[in-house]
Amino acid sequence: MNLNEVPQDELDYKERNKLRKLMYAVDKEGHYTGVTSVGWEAENVAMKEAWEDIEEGLSETLKAVKAGKESPLAYHMQKHLMDVSLLSKYAGIWQWRVKRHLRPEIFAKLSQKILSKYASALNISIDELKTIPENK
Amino acid sequence: MIENQPKPFIHYQHAHCESGVTTNLLRHAGMEMSEPMAFGIGAGIFFGHVPFLKVNGTPATTFRIWPGAIFKRVAKRLGVKIKTQRFSSPQKAEEALNAALDKGIPVGIQCSVYFLPYLPEAFRFHFNAHNLVVYGREGKEYLVSDPVMEIPTRIAAEDLSKARFAKGTPEPSGFMYYIEKVESEGKMQSAIVAGIKQAGSFMISPPLPWFGYKGIYLLAKKLKQYPRKLAPRKAALFLGNIIRMQEEIGTGGAGFRFLYAAFLQEAAEKLQREDLQEKAKQLTAIGDAWRSFAYNAARIVKARNSDLVSYDELSSQLKEIGDREKAFFGELRKMK
Repeated sequence: MNLNEVPQDELDYKERNKLRKLMYAVDKEGHYTGVTSVGWEAENVAMKEAWEDIEEGLSETLKAVKAGKESPLAYHMQKHLMDVSLLSKYAGIWQWRVKRHLRPEIFAKLSQKILSKYASALNISIDELKTIPENK
Repeated sequence: MIENQPKPFIHYQHAHCESGVTTNLLRHAGMEMSEPMAFGIGAGIFFGHVPFLKVNGTPATTFRIWPGAIFKRVAKRLGVKIKTQRFSSPQKAEEALNAALDKGIPVGIQCSVYFLPYLPEAFRFHFNAHNLVVYGREGKEYLVSDPVMEIPTRIAAEDLSKARFAKGTPEPSGFMYYIEKVESEGKMQSAIVAGIKQAGSFMISPPLPWFGYKGIYLLAKKLKQYPRKLAPRKAALFLGNIIRMQEEIGTGGAGFRFLYAAFLQEAAEKLQREDLQEKAKQLTAIGDAWRSFAYNAARIVKARNSDLVSYDELSSQLKEIGDREKAFFGELRKMK
């Protein structure tokens, strides 16, 4: 990659444009040199795709929670970009139990102790854990 | 106390986190070091694709060696005495960090980017192989030199603790490392050659299908199956993840290939070797091929195009890169 080929494709999305990265490119004399880049189209596309997938999944889960098909835990887990396996590790609760807790009727009966494990794993309060955003 | 004033830590921005941390720590210890040099001596370049190991739900792909390896190898090859530690609890990890900082020692930390509030949200996934330097503390905040950032920053003790004890793959377990003493000088030449040979050998020798050039072939094969086996969305995500591993912060572009080429060029000048100059040029061309691959892949991702022909073309482009890396690193391995 020559210096004049270093991409400068700025993306105003989730603060992406706040960070300029250092890259290595070849100057006219054939020497490598460091140069900052605001971003590259290829990476921007891949990054947005990953986020859009997460956000679509999250809004589907929100609907399911509102319809009483899943517990608020399902929403908060996804909001923090976790799946059952990762949440299980952060909360210190077996995966099969986490799966059960995604069911609203089982979640409703959870003890304060279990709720506080989830709340601290997700860095939110127990009250927040039990609720979901209304106007979305 | 005046004569014991610790030397102020100077932050330099780099392309990749671990080679950047290594460079900044070595410079602080008084050694002359560039990021490409640290990356090359530490044999940071690699390739791995492990389909059954999932990170954030997508198959694990890496363009560099596992976390911690670069720092350890550079230290060993240059005769630098280091201390590395993992911890069973966040409390112990914090105490050890504070103890080192209070002695004026800047400390390298492995952590997750998810818990680093100073990074743009766009980058904050559960990615646990990030590295930064903590060089001081004030109240409940730590002073941070994150090599991917242009300037130093700060982080709340609580956030740093979470980042150090992130869960998933890999788990940092509070991993920290620092330089105790620079023991010898003048090992540069043998360190460079050893680093080059090791990089070649790691790309060529592992008798396992997931690593080195064989990993590139494996990915090429898997990629071909994406549109046949996966829903279009999932195929696009898997493909997108390869691009992100190749281009996101800390890769120096083209999955570290340019960074490594910069190392070969610097090594050529230091050792007065024309053959390494030639190798640098070859790898630059391979890096350009990786970029062209990422560019084509991004077009498929953007169009959500699950047309078999596009994936087939991409797969053969990757296979060709695999051929070129096989030849390239095969020659590096035999270098003297």
